[in-house]
Amino acid sequence: MPKLTIDGIQVEVAPNTTILQAAEIVGSEVPRFCYHDRLSIAGNCRMCLVDVEKSPKPVASCAMPVAEGMVVHTKSARANKARAGVMEFLLINHPLDCPICDQGGECDLQDQAMAYGFDRGRFHENKRAVPDKYMGPLVETSMNRCIHCTRCVRFATEIAGVPSLGATGRGEDMEITTYLEQALASELSGNVVDLCPVGALTSKPYAFNARPWELRKTESIDVLDAVGTNVRIDSRGREVMRVLPRINEDINEEWLADKSRHACDGLRYQRLDRPYVRIAGKLQPATWQEAFDAIAGRVMNLNGDKIAAIAGDMADVESMFALKALMTALGSRNLDCRQDGAALDANVRASYIFNTTIAGIEQADALYIIGSNPRKEAPILNARIRKRSLKGNFPISVVGDQADLTYKYTSLGTDVAAFFQTPPAPTQAKNPMVIVGMGALARPDGAAILAAARSFAEAIGAVKDGWNGFNVLHTAAARVGGLDVGLVPGIGGRDTRGILDGASKGEIEVVYLLGADEIDTAKLGKAFVIYQGHHGDRGAHRADIVLPGAAYTEKDGIYVNTEGRVQRANRAVFPPGEAREDWTIIRALSATLNRTLPFDSLAQLRARLVAAHPVFTDLDTVVKAEWKTFGTAGAIAAGPVKSPIDNYYMTDPISRASRTMAQCTEEFVNGKTPAQKTGTHG
Amino acid sequence: MLADKDRIFTNLYGRHDWRLKGARARGDWDRTKDILAMGPDWIIDEMKRSGLRGRGGAGFPTGLKWSFMPKTESERPHYLVVNADEGEPGTCKDRDMMRFDPHKLVEGCLIASFAMKAHACYIYIRGEFYNEASNLQVAIDEAYEAGLIGDNACGSGWKFDLYLHRGAGAYICGEETALIESLEGKKGQPRLKPPFPAGVGLYGCPTTVNNVESIAVAPTILRRGASWFAGFGRPNNTGTKVFCISGHVNKPCNVEEVMSIPLKELIEKHCGGVKGGWDNLQAIIPGGASVPLLPKSICDTVLMDFDALRDVKSGLGTAAVMVMDKSVDLIAAISRLSDFYKHESCGQCTPCREGTGWMARVMRRMVKGEATLEEIDTLEQVTYQVEGHTICALGDAAAWPIQGLIRHFRPEMERRIRAYRDAKVRAAAA
Repeated sequence: MPKLTIDGIQVEVAPNTTILQAAEIVGSEVPRFCYHDRLSIAGNCRMCLVDVEKSPKPVASCAMPVAEGMVVHTKSARANKARAGVMEFLLINHPLDCPICDQGGECDLQDQAMAYGFDRGRFHENKRAVPDKYMGPLVETSMNRCIHCTRCVRFATEIAGVPSLGATGRGEDMEITTYLEQALASELSGNVVDLCPVGALTSKPYAFNARPWELRKTESIDVLDAVGTNVRIDSRGREVMRVLPRINEDINEEWLADKSRHACDGLRYQRLDRPYVRIAGKLQPATWQEAFDAIAGRVMNLNGDKIAAIAGDMADVESMFALKALMTALGSRNLDCRQDGAALDANVRASYIFNTTIAGIEQADALYIIGSNPRKEAPILNARIRKRSLKGNFPISVVGDQADLTYKYTSLGTDVAAFFQTPPAPTQAKNPMVIVGMGALARPDGAAILAAARSFAEAIGAVKDGWNGFNVLHTAAARVGGLDVGLVPGIGGRDTRGILDGASKGEIEVVYLLGADEIDTAKLGKAFVIYQGHHGDRGAHRADIVLPGAAYTEKDGIYVNTEGRVQRANRAVFPPGEAREDWTIIRALSATLNRTLPFDSLAQLRARLVAAHPVFTDLDTVVKAEWKTFGTAGAIAAGPVKSPIDNYYMTDPISRASRTMAQCTEEFVNGKTPAQKTGTHG
Repeated sequence: MLADKDRIFTNLYGRHDWRLKGARARGDWDRTKDILAMGPDWIIDEMKRSGLRGRGGAGFPTGLKWSFMPKTESERPHYLVVNADEGEPGTCKDRDMMRFDPHKLVEGCLIASFAMKAHACYIYIRGEFYNEASNLQVAIDEAYEAGLIGDNACGSGWKFDLYLHRGAGAYICGEETALIESLEGKKGQPRLKPPFPAGVGLYGCPTTVNNVESIAVAPTILRRGASWFAGFGRPNNTGTKVFCISGHVNKPCNVEEVMSIPLKELIEKHCGGVKGGWDNLQAIIPGGASVPLLPKSICDTVLMDFDALRDVKSGLGTAAVMVMDKSVDLIAAISRLSDFYKHESCGQCTPCREGTGWMARVMRRMVKGEATLEEIDTLEQVTYQVEGHTICALGDAAAWPIQGLIRHFRPEMERRIRAYRDAKVRAAAA
């Protein structure tokens, strides 16, 4: 362990630490632009120059490993002079357009120019003009501002695995661009905007919308996929302006997937902001009490067997818990939180969570993906697989679509039946892992696949002391929470398929949809449909009663991610109009139905929730689940497994309402690049 | 003056047969097997004792550089890379060696690779060198044919393969790590050091990058002995060297001479003197475009070697002597060089990317005098802001010519600025 002195402080650090990292340990911050913890070292901005004794030249601290006995000065006159010089060079060709730059107020160059910039310029030549580049519907460019740190290039190449960004030209003519100015086709492209230390790459949908200091920042959880990415919701007044990632090393590191980042404009459109009651075939505005009374009229004297409830993909745990309590009070056993019909076993937690954990992927040494396209279903988790893959010694095999997953894998065909008939033999891998996706489990023979996958995991040694390599990758943020509160059919009750069958045959007369939009509403037949949710999507169109709820940004709620990690989302803004937080709607309805639920506040509800389901006690951690028998052995039908997600950009009511996601669909799914605007657009 | 019997490059002017037969007649490939039989340690030791300093410009001791390679082979192969991307303005020595004496280089590649336990060697040749590349390829093919290189090179049992790779004409690809990047098929941008190529080089393997001349002289040094080579020149600046003299001399030429020869003697003896006589001399760039120029007063006495030129704040560089008589507009000449560096900067790191453009633009104005006197100071400060702050030496190379100009010819720059200003004032008054 080399010992060195930095700014007069002696420190002992691990070998191969860089001077910059060592300086951070002793609390000396070194300015930087190109250096980023999660990217390879480029050493090209030269802002991090420090003074090392006995070195004739200032040293780039981001790239120089420490050595025994080094004496480093990060604040000496020579270091400061070197940085002032670099800063001057960065600024000579940087436009002075901070007042109209979206990065203003959160710009590294602006901040560091305060520390190292001169108070006037000495550069009397014309500034360089660089044509802006088209990078797709999410990333706006203003290439005059580019300081060529290549963070975006390294992110695209290393993290996103889409090597289409690069630099063309030489010297001062060097320009960052995508290959042939095509859109940056990655589900993680929005992150280059966060990485850009200046305003060269900014968010296109958010362009000129707000200034950072006007925004209220709320730490919360993303629900547009099942990863549970930690986000910060920036809001102004009643509007969510943007969503940014928060650092959580166990989940998303510091990345955020494009849908989660950019679908937030969908929160403004198609909103349900007041209750509706269907009268003479048309939904008519109503008051809450009228809506509740209409429900009571249909439900009060109905046998519980004729009532059913389905929870959607973005329901919070509290409302699902309340819904289950209400349905139980009404005598119904027809409950389900698996609107895609996935054969998940709510009795064994290990059977439906991502046991390895996302961070645990880095410890694995072999991977089998069955019926899943993690790039589309969970881009953040896919980035972690890629990260592990880049370290080598990580054979990946895929049963299912041969999609571009951004890493190399061996295809084992698309037929899951054939795969389980002759599964691959165990290898030398010590920590193999299996990911089973909804593409496999949502098939009618899902229970048999689940059982087969369990046996396969055991056969290859994926389950043992200290390692559980059996993983289910969910696509719905509500799914694990729903299974945790037991929002599944009671004994003799109907599941989603049963409910829809019953409804079309008239055996089910009332269906309560808690944000469930991804079911085949045509099968609801003549049933009386109550839709509680936040968007006027498929469910609301079919509904007889619409109860306006709150989107994830508008309520305090618990969500459990695919790993089984319990996390709390926080309210950033209030729901629009008369919409209410979802658990309060169910609580109010229960009073009208004379089955008053025993909680009057969120705290009381949560206390009951924790008492009934101790799994909710521990927040933000993954509790190891006990390995038991699950699944139902049976025949597996021949035929391909296919990821449930065709269009990554539109999977739920929020993203379907989002104009940004519609543009992404046009660009990336339909392959239509819009005619490029010229001149003074924007 | 170097005697003919002591010349290494005996076909520098292409008067004799450059192919294998002719090369053998001049002593190439003579007892190569015996040299290899002496073993790598002996070879590296002899190279160290010869005092040969790298001929590519930086002057790093060649033997020492070879000794940095790992002593034992691991699963990572070793590579020798020969830098034949001769792009330094004014330099034209490597091309003549490759055109007229290619077997010296091929033999040197074998010996150097053997000494560094490399089974493969790449020669990265400048893209514009078409004839040189084809001659060299013929020489390589001949050597394979004759069993001098290949699976059993010279019957020594050493497997050795030699590849010629043509570059695409970027000056920066002559920087050793940019050359490695380019050879790997990437954009030619210098790498950060450390790690040095001897640890992590081509394809991540131990690599040594040497100039053509450094490699081509090695066989003769080993045949005639280190002390023979060390007998020329001053201590620490030993051996013979090919100088490329161009510009305002009566007979521009490439010539092999002893190190530490006085600059004046070099020009008078081999080039027929400066046009219009020695007193018509204005300035000389002694080592290729990137070293600071020297005024006549220094040229009168200075010796042509690494240390003597360093002491006068210039450098030997590639020993490309560019002579400028009094007809030359020095400011315009240096401005042209600044444009060259602006054009050839790779754009990777900030000071060079932004600084070369800035310097070149100010220099263009300086040519006309369209500047203020203070801007000379600003320009000089900018050169020092670039120098030593970049990843590779291109930033230094861009800064030094301007520093040299300001150091020695500042009065001329000031005179021009005043003249321009006065002309403006007169025009306004008229």
